Amino acid sequence: MTDISHSLREEAGPFFGEFGGRFMPESLVAALDELAEAYQLAKLDPAFHEELAALGRTYTGRPSILTEVPRFARHAGGARVILKREDLNHTGSHKINNVLGQALIARRIGKSRLIAETGAGQHGVATATAAALFGMECVVYMGEVDTERQALNVARMRLLGAEVIPVKSGTRTLKDALNEAFRDWVANVENTHYLLGTVAGPHPFPVMVRDFVKIIGEEARQQMLDLTGALPDAVTACVGGGSNAIGIFHAFLDDTSVGLYGYEAAGLGADTDKHAATITKGRPGVLHGSRSYMLQDADGQTLDSHSISAGLDYPGVGPEHAWLASIGRANYRPITDEQAMQAFRLLCGTEGIIPAIESAHALAGTIELGRELGPDATILVSLSGRGDKDVETAGRYFDVLDEQGNAKI
Amino acid sequence: MSDTIHDVTAATPSAAESPVARTIAAANAGRAGAFVGYLPVGFPSLDASVDAAVALVENGVDVLELGLPYSDPVMDGPVIQAATLASLQGGFRLADAFTAVERIRSRVDAPVLLMTYWNPVLQYGVDRFADDLASAGGAGLITPDLTVDSGADWLATSDRTGLDRVFLAAPTSTDERLRLAVENSRGFVYTVSTMGITGARADLDAAARTLVARLREQGGESLAVGIGISTADQIAEILGYADGAIVGSALVKALADGGVAAVGRLAAELAEGTHR
Ligand SMILES: Cc1ncc(COP(=O)(O)O)c(C=O)c1O
Repeated sequence: MTDISHSLREEAGPFFGEFGGRFMPESLVAALDELAEAYQLAKLDPAFHEELAALGRTYTGRPSILTEVPRFARHAGGARVILKREDLNHTGSHKINNVLGQALIARRIGKSRLIAETGAGQHGVATATAAALFGMECVVYMGEVDTERQALNVARMRLLGAEVIPVKSGTRTLKDALNEAFRDWVANVENTHYLLGTVAGPHPFPVMVRDFVKIIGEEARQQMLDLTGALPDAVTACVGGGSNAIGIFHAFLDDTSVGLYGYEAAGLGADTDKHAATITKGRPGVLHGSRSYMLQDADGQTLDSHSISAGLDYPGVGPEHAWLASIGRANYRPITDEQAMQAFRLLCGTEGIIPAIESAHALAGTIELGRELGPDATILVSLSGRGDKDVETAGRYFDVLDEQGNAKI
Repeated sequence: MSDTIHDVTAATPSAAESPVARTIAAANAGRAGAFVGYLPVGFPSLDASVDAAVALVENGVDVLELGLPYSDPVMDGPVIQAATLASLQGGFRLADAFTAVERIRSRVDAPVLLMTYWNPVLQYGVDRFADDLASAGGAGLITPDLTVDSGADWLATSDRTGLDRVFLAAPTSTDERLRLAVENSRGFVYTVSTMGITGARADLDAAARTLVARLREQGGESLAVGIGISTADQIAEILGYADGAIVGSALVKALADGGVAAVGRLAAELAEGTHR
């Protein structure tokens, strides 16, 4: 580990070391500047914080609880495993924290229309929810491939009053949904806020989104002290764009005794060409407005990613993670589809909790890590979302549903 | 982001040294202004894209803008997305862009700019990319997702090589940012006609006229308007206040639908707009 003589918790962008920045069309610079300024003002305004905290208490269900999972932990080398239950939030994942924060900012700058990209549909559902709550128009871009594997969330968004637009360009997954959302934003920036769903994108998104999700780790740090009398030895999270991971890591960045572990989707294997293990296998480049690790060929063309989990199926990652990896403060490791699905099933069967397949990557990582660290270790896991949306995928995977999604007799 | 703004006091090669700026100035002396034509490299094939670019120049295009196909073209609409995707699927490699420039330059005498998103340049190496482009006879780069304040490395490299650098100006840009674009662009300032992505539009925004006037106030001398232009009438209208008119999607569509002959015919038709 590198010597950390100054706080790592105060990075304010646009750059995190050599990562981050703003590589965007001039047409969007004014909107990004407006957003950065509105966010700075909100940050200094106690009324904003009170409003956001009240929404957290009365709408999201904050603070989310900790659940210790001893039966699951037996498979993790006997380490103590404790889940931070973001799956219990309203709308079913950590995404709602960022969405409510940005929706309040959008309202402060007079925007009446929210647009979002979504992969698993969790961010789209959260955005559609906030739009309904605040009486705003909502359009969600979702790769056509993802609208098929996350059909239930498409229905949820439509019930909430959002328009869901299947994206047919490029590879028809999350990265193309981001492209399409940026295109919409360029054309409609006057009345529209682009509610980006993770800690990626151009400045100020990586810092702003991080600030809205860091409550996860702030709560969990205190809850761990209350429950166990000590800080955990390790904190684990899955990493797609990186929002739930930075959310739970951030409060622990200066606690050098706490190891931070992000688990990337390795799909069919990090050494195959079907994975989304961006930090493990990628190299630095510019994608979607910031410099970070990304999956790309020699010419800088973005490569297709693959994961059984739509929410992790993204060839980029937030710049703050790239920086934490580069300075050695956090570790990023690959978890295959198969490992994640086995961990998914294990948590269902040992603890009665159905996790999102995204979060199951963190659980699989925790199993590996617990075996490494041994029975004296305590591991805090970000359970970023619940698995209702994934029941069909898992049902097929474990052969309890047929190809049509009907129960096998 | 002002902390990242490049020091612009360094000597910047003047417009007189830019072949693109000279060509645009000459077009304004003899006609209403310059016609800038866009086509992507490698669509429908590398050979055909070279032939099509040559056909543009033979039919009245003054400055060529060759698009470098990229996997994530956020500033482009459906027509250009489809063409650049086809080029990538056809096996386009970055080095093909230099080949195309070289072959076009050996056949016609019009300056050729590459329009490229930033990551391919970054991965190839900014210096190496610039050197290879200069050796191929290219004039410079148009950078849709690289602004002056994020482009310190490109400003340095383009000064070293003397390549043109075309930055964009948008209707929403502040005066301060327009000044940055004017002071740092060489060749022309790409004046974005409307808030939106590439693609033909029936009506041109009044925003373009206003933006050109605002750029003039900041000292802009070589201003080309682009995005949404598809008819000779629109070109004539734009050249009434700007120095150049850029046509992209309409030409790409003609090439996709009717091949090299069709794109040549459309260019000749559009070039009429520069004579009024
Ligand atoms: C439950 C859940 N966890 C994690 C992710 C991945 O996103 P991030 O890495 O930004 O937390 C998603 C994305 O859709 C998700 O739905």
